[in-house]
Amino acid sequence: MQNGSEPRKHTISVMVENKFGVLSRVAGLFSARGYNIESLSVGETLDPSVSRMTLVVRGDEFVIEQVTKQLHKLIDVIKVTDLTDEGHVERELVLIRVNAEPSNRAEILRTAEIFRARVVDVTPVSFVLEATGDEGKLEALLELLRPIGIQELVRTGKVAIARGPKTRVRRVEAPKKPRVADDPKVVGFAD
Amino acid sequence: MKMPGARIVLECLKRQGVDLVFGLPGGAVLPIYDALYDFEGLRHILVRQEAAAGHAAEGYARTSGRVGVCLVTSGPAATNLVTALQDAMMDSIPIVAFTGQVPTHLIGNDAFQEADNVGITRPCTKHNFLVKDGNDLGPIIREAFHIASTGRPGPVHVDLPKDILVKEWDLVWPERVQMRSYNPNYDGHPGQIKRAAKLLARAKKPVLYVGGGVISADASAELRELAELGQFPLTQTLMGLGAFPMEHPLSLDMLGMHGSYYANMAVHHSDVLVAIGARFDDRVTGKVDAFAPNAEIVHIDIDPSSISKNIKVGVPIVGDCRRVLVKLVEAFREELKDELSPVVREGRRQWAAQIAQWKHDVPFQYEWSDDVVKPQYVIQEISNATGGEAFIVTGVGQHQMWTAQYYKFKHPRMWCTSGGLGTMGYGLPTAMGVQAANPGKLVINIDGDGSFQMNSQELATCFTEGLPVKTVIINNGGHGMVRQWQRIIYKERYSAIDLPQIPDWVRLAEAYGCVGLRVTKPSELVPAIEKMIATPAPVILDVCVDKDECVFPMVPAGGANTDMILTPPTREVRDKAAKSQTGF
Repeated sequence: MQNGSEPRKHTISVMVENKFGVLSRVAGLFSARGYNIESLSVGETLDPSVSRMTLVVRGDEFVIEQVTKQLHKLIDVIKVTDLTDEGHVERELVLIRVNAEPSNRAEILRTAEIFRARVVDVTPVSFVLEATGDEGKLEALLELLRPIGIQELVRTGKVAIARGPKTRVRRVEAPKKPRVADDPKVVGFAD
Repeated sequence: MKMPGARIVLECLKRQGVDLVFGLPGGAVLPIYDALYDFEGLRHILVRQEAAAGHAAEGYARTSGRVGVCLVTSGPAATNLVTALQDAMMDSIPIVAFTGQVPTHLIGNDAFQEADNVGITRPCTKHNFLVKDGNDLGPIIREAFHIASTGRPGPVHVDLPKDILVKEWDLVWPERVQMRSYNPNYDGHPGQIKRAAKLLARAKKPVLYVGGGVISADASAELRELAELGQFPLTQTLMGLGAFPMEHPLSLDMLGMHGSYYANMAVHHSDVLVAIGARFDDRVTGKVDAFAPNAEIVHIDIDPSSISKNIKVGVPIVGDCRRVLVKLVEAFREELKDELSPVVREGRRQWAAQIAQWKHDVPFQYEWSDDVVKPQYVIQEISNATGGEAFIVTGVGQHQMWTAQYYKFKHPRMWCTSGGLGTMGYGLPTAMGVQAANPGKLVINIDGDGSFQMNSQELATCFTEGLPVKTVIINNGGHGMVRQWQRIIYKERYSAIDLPQIPDWVRLAEAYGCVGLRVTKPSELVPAIEKMIATPAPVILDVCVDKDECVFPMVPAGGANTDMILTPPTREVRDKAAKSQTGF
């Protein structure tokens, strides 16, 4: 398929049945079709039988269209929403172990304050900072800390939620009327 | 009432309407086979290798329109089944496959005959289940059949740990299947259907391109109504053959890599192309940039992910082919109330004349010989002898393409071939399933000597289970399709393609209790086919054919459909083909 647009990052929210094997179905889909996941985070929702995955995928519009359709084709996937082009808030959490010699402890703390990062572990020679924010903010923080010496860092991957009062998925019900006549004696094709 | 899990499985199959299971027992499914011992109303056909159980279930499903069922044990049996599952996946065939599994407490322990069955089958099934609680047996089996047979059909795998089969549980049988995460869309969007009808009404060069979706939706009658109403020329994919009678004046036969010249030319020059239950497979499109470059494309498919996957589509219609065609016929009738413009009418007249010209200029053709049997001739005579009323199954290779080209298909659901996966060895086990689903009917497996050897052990099943499948081996002493590619594209560097005349097929047939016949001259062919059809037992008809014969037309992989090679090529054409080759 010819590319229709420049590749860019998309944030896709996927509501799935909270069953074992779902993560591997989603991951397997991406590897089988050659799409790259930049980040993936999963957690339970208000309804414990539903999990929400937030995927960050890079692709042009055709790739993203296929990704969305293929995700939706998985039987355990309930709903797929591309949040990229609608108002949404996205956050990531990062834990950073940074060198903290007496000469630069003050500077680290000042930088942390600017970014509203917290110190969650202290030793005579190191700090562990916890920071949350969107990708741009975290990159900026890392940029400032890098010259001081980052020893190790862990990122959660992105989570995202749509802005506004409307709840996307509170509870997912099966449709009241099934769309297919379902006579137990009939094993044939739909209807 | 409590009963062992194994018994629940059988009860559920019976309630689901299953009458036939293809299988092979083993350690982990012993409880099911024990329950089967005195269970009434379920026929079990014992195959000789597990993949055959899967293919037989496919043959059953394709010709009956019902879900095919197979049952095998854990570990190696499940891995053997994988080929059949992927085959059903690619061709959208509804089967439910049960495998045994080691007891739940041993899962993950590298126990004897353990494999991560659901991990292995995940990418080659529409969905799969590992049953971890016996109370879920009924609901899972119910969902498995629902998922397999609805939406875009496909294989579903259910993995059954042995302890679940042994312990006693209550039979839970939900009257309805309701899944919040799975609700296929059946009715096409009315606005899009109207747009499609308008396009068709002003098309000067329309073509319908029909695939297996029309067969699985049982939409042949509706398709014919649309084609005849608008006098639209119609071409079928390998999977779609039989959806429309080949001898109908509007039929353009098959399109694609080994399709007819006139089908590929018509599609290439069309201005409106309506794809119905087809998926723009690379064997159909050739080079995608050069596929139907001037056409407005309408795509009717039940699977939204098929649409705009390979080719950008102007009018997408997601829905069941039959329901959409019913509405499209209505909408098109509405358009016909206003008279077609004179420009359109003149355009359509010229288009019909152009297509007639193409058909006249380059029909399917081969050079006749009095001495050696031409493989195309064999197919023609089978077609004549059966009048298109036999169930036809093939293996994979040259014989498959010749069958698609020269057999005059008349009815849907009478043709089984491995289209997407191209599984050699598919023929005999699938034909067994077809015969079991259609007792007393004539089932002919047209196979190659290479392909047939991959599952020839199933002759034993045919004999012992009373399945009188007729196999015609188009015997060219080698892997003919590979030979053809090496000849045309790899400069005649023949590598690993010779199959010496071993075994002796007649004696092999006899060793399995079947009847063996051999033909070496064209004059012997017709009487042999007649004798084969008249024989009540399973038959192998070994037809020794010209080994140099190639399948034409041929579009080299990655080439445009207009770059068809029509006749044995000259050196110049061969060099060009070698250059245009972009990978197989």
